[in-house]
Amino acid sequence: VNAPANLPGMFDCRDAYARALEDLAADDDRVVAVCNDSVGSSKLGKFRDRFPDRLVNVGIAEQNMVGVGAGLANGGKVPFVSGAACFLTARAMEQIKVDCAYSQANVKLCGISSGVAYGELGATHHSIEDVAWLRAIDKLTVIVPSDPWETAEAIKAAAAFDGPVFVRISRMPVPAIERPRGAAFVIGKAEVLRDGRDVAIIANGTILYRALDAAQELADDGIDARVINMSTVSPLDLEVVAAAAATGAIVTAEEGLSRGGLGGAVAEYCAQHVPVRMRMLGFPGFAPTGSASWLLDHVGLTAGGIAAAARELVAGK
Amino acid sequence: MDHQALRSADANAHTLEERAAHVRARANWMRQRLLKMIVDAGQGHPGGDLSASDIVASLYFDILRIDSARPTAPDRDRFILSKGHCTGALYTALAGAGFFPEAELDTYLKPESRLNGHPNRVYLPGVETNTGPLGHGFPVGVGVAVAGQIDRAGYRVFVLTGDGELQEGSMWEAAMFAGHRKLGNLTVIVDRNRLQQGARTEETNALEPLADKWRAFGWDVVEIDGHDVIALLKAFDDAAQPRDKPRVLIANTFKGNGVSYMRDQAGWHHGVPNADQLAQAIAELEAEKIA
Repeated sequence: VNAPANLPGMFDCRDAYARALEDLAADDDRVVAVCNDSVGSSKLGKFRDRFPDRLVNVGIAEQNMVGVGAGLANGGKVPFVSGAACFLTARAMEQIKVDCAYSQANVKLCGISSGVAYGELGATHHSIEDVAWLRAIDKLTVIVPSDPWETAEAIKAAAAFDGPVFVRISRMPVPAIERPRGAAFVIGKAEVLRDGRDVAIIANGTILYRALDAAQELADDGIDARVINMSTVSPLDLEVVAAAAATGAIVTAEEGLSRGGLGGAVAEYCAQHVPVRMRMLGFPGFAPTGSASWLLDHVGLTAGGIAAAARELVAGK
Repeated sequence: MDHQALRSADANAHTLEERAAHVRARANWMRQRLLKMIVDAGQGHPGGDLSASDIVASLYFDILRIDSARPTAPDRDRFILSKGHCTGALYTALAGAGFFPEAELDTYLKPESRLNGHPNRVYLPGVETNTGPLGHGFPVGVGVAVAGQIDRAGYRVFVLTGDGELQEGSMWEAAMFAGHRKLGNLTVIVDRNRLQQGARTEETNALEPLADKWRAFGWDVVEIDGHDVIALLKAFDDAAQPRDKPRVLIANTFKGNGVSYMRDQAGWHHGVPNADQLAQAIAELEAEKIA
């Protein structure tokens, strides 16, 4: 049920995560992996084989996992703390707040199989709240990469960054996003993947390619949609948001709660500084039973759903 | 006032009794100073500060290999105050050990002070991790000890916990993992004053048989009088620490120890003495110096 669909041209970002982490570890002795019995689901098997002394598996104990991560950072390590996003964030929230963010510990938190990737396992295993929760915490960088390239770049950037970082890593199959030659990942910088004047679609993570498909659909209707990859949700790239507001219409789309997450972040800024008509697409609350892909369709996180929201906004201008 | 560890230059230069006398004098100074701080600030946690003072003084003024000029030196010993509300004991010890000027103790809890109600490593050198919510410092200490184990480093990690704090589940996650990893570089001290904020631990959510619990988690357990400085120094001695197990000192203490009217009274968990009570406390502590 939970095996990623093995479709041609589609990728499981955990593979890119694991490879990037192994590459970092090969170059830097300080890099260690910390997990909660999640060697398999975090794809740390090869890491364990290559660097057995540097995999710290605390067992099924998330509070201790994050605290141990902060302690490893105190001891000069660069810990990548990996666990299912639902347990890592909800179970260890106070450790993330106090031991990592408030203490400014150099801990990298990797929330694996985030969003609704666990599908039929239900809302206990979904992590649709994580971005809303974590972006409320001061001094914690929150990154939601969209594809294998961006996942690997985000992991490398997190390692190079001095301070706590959360990286949301999906197991949902995604295509490689087409980017201009020389594209670079920079923490806190949004990417404008497609320019457009009529409406701006701001998305990230597993929904980004659907936003690009939506823009294509809109172009066929004569609507010129900008597509923005807002992979860093905290701190938000306010310059790019302000420019998006200048189109007069913003649609946000994310694999998470429609309130409080990326949509909430954009709305908070726009409401105060650049008021603009908006639609915020995401999950309204606990998801019903269904596969991950069915759930995305069900709540309208599809190219068609995003395009429909954009059309409505443009029509109302 | 000479705050430096007598032991630091030459371990054999001083007898155990000389070292203990030095620590006792520092602990007495800490108690007087922290009570004045609390009275001046109008709040604080004197009960737990006073139960922990001899433990913290033994570490900062004898045992810990630390250098206030190099507060983040990779090879330093670590002390983590998991019972983070006892900043009176920690701040006086850090000031006494030279991590910041003693005069700064007068800013305790004042606006923008580095001396927050709970310790903050971003503000204040010498603090290893921010604590305050119970159940946090111990797992972080386990992480530091794991780093030391991976690196085969020489530093030691000391974590001071409350006894009521052991009701937090994260403490036992950390205890289980430290036992599993056989962290011989880790020492936990349980400030066993048998009182939590509102009542006795055994009436609230009983901890006993506490030593058996730690043994079952793979720890070397030593029960001592937490106000007996000689016993503390002996128990902290590196040579006394098994190499293949973490060690826990269950330090039997009294909340408010050193001040007669506070001793073993739950009401002084976060009570503040009035002027007369402070004068009495100082007089009692001065008398103890002579005795």
